[in-house]
Amino acid sequence: MALPVVEISAAIIEMSTPLLIAALGEIFVERSGVLNLGIEGMMLVGAFSGFAGAYFSGNFLFGFLIGLVVGMSIGALMAYLSVKLGVDQILAGLAIWIFSIGLSTFLARTILGIAPGTVTIKGLEPINIPLLSQLPILGPILFQHNILVYLVLISVPLFHILLFRTTFGLKVRAVGENPKAADTLGIHVHRIRFLCLLLGGAMAGLAGSYLTVARYHVWIEEVTAGMGWIALVVVFFGKRSPYRALLGAWIIATGFSLRYYLQIAAFWIPYQFILMLPYILTIILLVGIVGKEETPAAFCIPYKREET
Amino acid sequence: MKPGETVIAMRGITKRFPGVLANDHVDIDIKAGEIHAILGENGAGKTTLMNILYGLLQPDEGEIFVYGEKVTPKSPKDMIDLGIGMVHQHFMLIPTFTVVENIILGLESSKEPFLDVDLAEKKIIELSEKYGLKVNPKAKVWQLSTGERQRVEIIKALYRGAQVLIMDEPTSVLTPTEVEELSKILKRMAKEGLAIIPFITHKLPEVMAISDRVTVLRKGRVVGRFETKLTDEKSLAREMVGREVLFKLPKSEVKKGKVVLEVRGLWAQSDFGVSALKGVSFSIREGEILGVAGVAGNGQRELAEVIAGLRRAVAGRVLIDGRDVTNLPPREIIKQGLGHIPEDRMGMGLILDFSIAENIILETHSDPPFAYRWILPFKKRWFIDQDEVDKYAEKLLLEYNIVAAGKDTLARHLSGGNLQRLILARELSREPKVLVANQPTRGLDVGATEFIRRKLLEQRDRGVAILLISEDLDEVMSMSDRIAVLYEGEIMGILPAEKADMKEVGMMMAGSKRAQSLEEPA
Amino acid sequence: MKGFSSKMPSRSILLPPMAILLALAIGALTILALGINPIFAYAALFQGAFGSLHSLTETFVKASPLLFTGLAAAVAFRCRVWNIGAEGQLYMGAVVTTWAGLTLVEVPAALLIPLLILLSFAAGAMWAVIAGALKAKFKVNEIILTLMLNFIAIYFVSYLVEGPWRDPSGITYSPPLTTSAWLPTLVSGTRLHLGILLAFVCAVFISLLFRKTVLGYKIQAIGANPEASRYAGIEVSKTIIIVMVISGGLAGLAGMGEIAGVQHRLMSGFSPWYGFLGILVAMLGKLRPFGIVVASILFGGLLVGGDAMQRVGGVPAPLVFVLQGLIVLLLLFYEHVFARFARS
Repeated sequence: MALPVVEISAAIIEMSTPLLIAALGEIFVERSGVLNLGIEGMMLVGAFSGFAGAYFSGNFLFGFLIGLVVGMSIGALMAYLSVKLGVDQILAGLAIWIFSIGLSTFLARTILGIAPGTVTIKGLEPINIPLLSQLPILGPILFQHNILVYLVLISVPLFHILLFRTTFGLKVRAVGENPKAADTLGIHVHRIRFLCLLLGGAMAGLAGSYLTVARYHVWIEEVTAGMGWIALVVVFFGKRSPYRALLGAWIIATGFSLRYYLQIAAFWIPYQFILMLPYILTIILLVGIVGKEETPAAFCIPYKREET
Repeated sequence: MKPGETVIAMRGITKRFPGVLANDHVDIDIKAGEIHAILGENGAGKTTLMNILYGLLQPDEGEIFVYGEKVTPKSPKDMIDLGIGMVHQHFMLIPTFTVVENIILGLESSKEPFLDVDLAEKKIIELSEKYGLKVNPKAKVWQLSTGERQRVEIIKALYRGAQVLIMDEPTSVLTPTEVEELSKILKRMAKEGLAIIPFITHKLPEVMAISDRVTVLRKGRVVGRFETKLTDEKSLAREMVGREVLFKLPKSEVKKGKVVLEVRGLWAQSDFGVSALKGVSFSIREGEILGVAGVAGNGQRELAEVIAGLRRAVAGRVLIDGRDVTNLPPREIIKQGLGHIPEDRMGMGLILDFSIAENIILETHSDPPFAYRWILPFKKRWFIDQDEVDKYAEKLLLEYNIVAAGKDTLARHLSGGNLQRLILARELSREPKVLVANQPTRGLDVGATEFIRRKLLEQRDRGVAILLISEDLDEVMSMSDRIAVLYEGEIMGILPAEKADMKEVGMMMAGSKRAQSLEEPA
Repeated sequence: MKGFSSKMPSRSILLPPMAILLALAIGALTILALGINPIFAYAALFQGAFGSLHSLTETFVKASPLLFTGLAAAVAFRCRVWNIGAEGQLYMGAVVTTWAGLTLVEVPAALLIPLLILLSFAAGAMWAVIAGALKAKFKVNEIILTLMLNFIAIYFVSYLVEGPWRDPSGITYSPPLTTSAWLPTLVSGTRLHLGILLAFVCAVFISLLFRKTVLGYKIQAIGANPEASRYAGIEVSKTIIIVMVISGGLAGLAGMGEIAGVQHRLMSGFSPWYGFLGILVAMLGKLRPFGIVVASILFGGLLVGGDAMQRVGGVPAPLVFVLQGLIVLLLLFYEHVFARFARS
């Protein structure tokens, strides 16, 4: 059985995009010392609001903007609870996640009516990059995608620079490693973490709206299907740096893209088992990084100034 | 800034906390070009004063003048801007960052928003040459020794333009050699016109060695001001404690019995996978205290953990009472008669959200009389008898003078001294044969320290073999029967306490000298 | 004799009701925004949940799985083991229940039903222990592990009902279970089945576990400070695995109750996220069995009443999911605001 390698590779690039968008934001959140377990919820709400924005305005850019802003506001909610009030980050994240499932379903049924699957939008068209897209093999793999795919690939080095080469990035990393030390140097620990969660929420919201606006062109309940959680694994695997996260996203996207081809090519395997693929791959990746993980020293610990 | 000019003047500084008057009308003048030590016990109000001086706390009454101008700092940043820097006792550094990154953290860069590492490196090298603060700006902080880390902290303050340097317990973590080095650096900085304010708890010899002037605090008040040259350790100590101090607790002669704890050729790894213990051997007899001296991070923690079964021994053996307990589960080793006072009371020793009673049965909850079988036909005891637990807890509360509302008080609400008493009560009430005590008095006030030390000596007199690990060299020297010095996971030598002198032990702590015999003949 | 770690000060017992009231108020505004009279809608909700014998029993039918999954979450969370895989464990409990109900047709009910209880507990426990063992041995993050296992379990059920267990009639259900595998109903003419009693019994057991037993002590010690527990000689890994067995087993029982008590056949999507809602139930019940009993009845009522609200009042039923999430978020908010208030 010969697999269509070029098509699958192109699909990997496309499939990894939403994972990567969410993961890039989460890298900053985790570097600042916060675990955002609400990320799946932020993606889901972003997916719906992005779709609604694109549907009512007829403009996909507006859809992305709405998804981003709504994701950011859920990020602000998470930040308020977990940074400002110091609520257990795991409990806060879980609560936000389940709340978001309800919120997205309720809003969709209220706004789009009972049968949301029938409402579709005209989504993103792929943009063929002149000349480059004509290249054999590489052309179809890399240069025949929608605009967001390109933007995200460009963002990876930009996020790397932001994290490791700027004063802001230094502050983010310091706050995650030793918030007390950062505090003594006049860095506002809460403000930095808040900002990171806003960024993380915005990116998660954008990632969600990518699914509805750029990929499916339709609202599906629970469209994210665990992609937010997988983004967390991508971040763990990527040791919280953008380049390695890119690699992690590609590995898991392989599972997603193979799903489509195997369902046709390997029809004798019940399709449910093929659908399990990315989740199994995620578990393997998770077990594979055990012991090699370097978490920021203050990861998951709310910061409170000691009162002497 | 001219030497002799008053840089900081504190007038009538008063700070109250619920139930405590932490600072009571404190007046202090700090002059440029001098090293002005502030001396006081834990609880004397030093920390509060320091935090006020550094802008972390605001005084309830009183005024602060910097260069004659009144200031009301709201945060450390205000004080940094006035040229007042701080070197914390627990260094405020980020181990995974380089030295440069640590130093420029939080500052504007010349290439905003990007970092300008090269320029910063140049400035750091300039500073380090000017004051003799040797450090490699490119090194990661986790690779540095304690002395080097302290230098990074000092540069960090100077880089921000500090003319006044507050130093919290600057010598507490250093070897005697490093203290000497620091003393030289500080004097050089003072000569250049900086004012240096070390806050020191009980290292009197070092106060004498470093400072030009001393202000002594007791119970929140200034009780004495001295020119260092015109005073001596004894009078400083008297002022500080308010009575004559016994530098050594009376230690009775105890007949040493058989060997109870034996450690042979022990190897173990640190959390980072490097060898932290490299063939450590010693033995302790009944009624004997073996003190382990050494600078933090030379394998002390790993040694205690391997003995307690909390860390794997890669090679070598641990024997309690002749029985091999190497790499047994912690519970088994506890049953063999090990008591353990871990270094981190709140993190490893106690469960802060459990009550006193619940903490007391942390190790014995599944043994009689606290656990019972009820009617189930199992050998294991499944149920906890709360009445027994309560009775026992109440008994220990009295016996160990633990000050608390009652046995149901959460450990979280206890003071440091009471937390340590609680651990001691739990460990000693099991009547262990071997006691491993890691930093048993760190951060405690004089009363609690004395109580803990008395209890340890009492155990020694009872015939317990005690391994006393402490960064406080005085404590090791005064408590131990024999002293072992640990350096980079190896024992540099074991000396009988009466033959050990500070200087020799200090040299061994720096790894430079190995005494003849690794183990004195049994 | 009182229990361990009496963390909750008594006045904070008022916080959950406050959170519920404020969430309902926000819900009312939302309903108003939809152009519907909130009093009318809430009346429909209340009537639908508690207004008649039938609706009351339906509320308890929904409360039963929530009580199981809520207890499952509580046991794990008390140990700070984050089992969010109750959904998958519930599905696995349902799978073995269906298997037994389809295969063991000869076995009389008196034997078969205890067997179902054992089997489903074991299946849920096994699914959870996969995650528990990996966490205990290799410190793998159990949150994501249990979550991924949810997806796998859900697809597995989908495979079963579309594949080997597909009903001969062609619909994607399994055939009905043999009637001896049906849990007896407690009130004739209703769907109230034995499962709810079993759930209450479990709540009592878990309460005893926390308050009186050595194991309960260990679980809470690890939850409060794993490092100190290890130092004191408590076998942390072993306890974590036991916790996963209990937690997963309880979730498995929820699946059994749904299949043997309510649906009587296996199908995809038979659970309206009982596993996830159980997490909210446990949080609202402050991880205490009694609190969880109350919270599960409340959430069950909301689920049942939500349908009535949609039928009678025209308010989309998913609003109740929003309310449920909102209640817990507000509770977290209140607790911390009040904690600050108490401190100053």
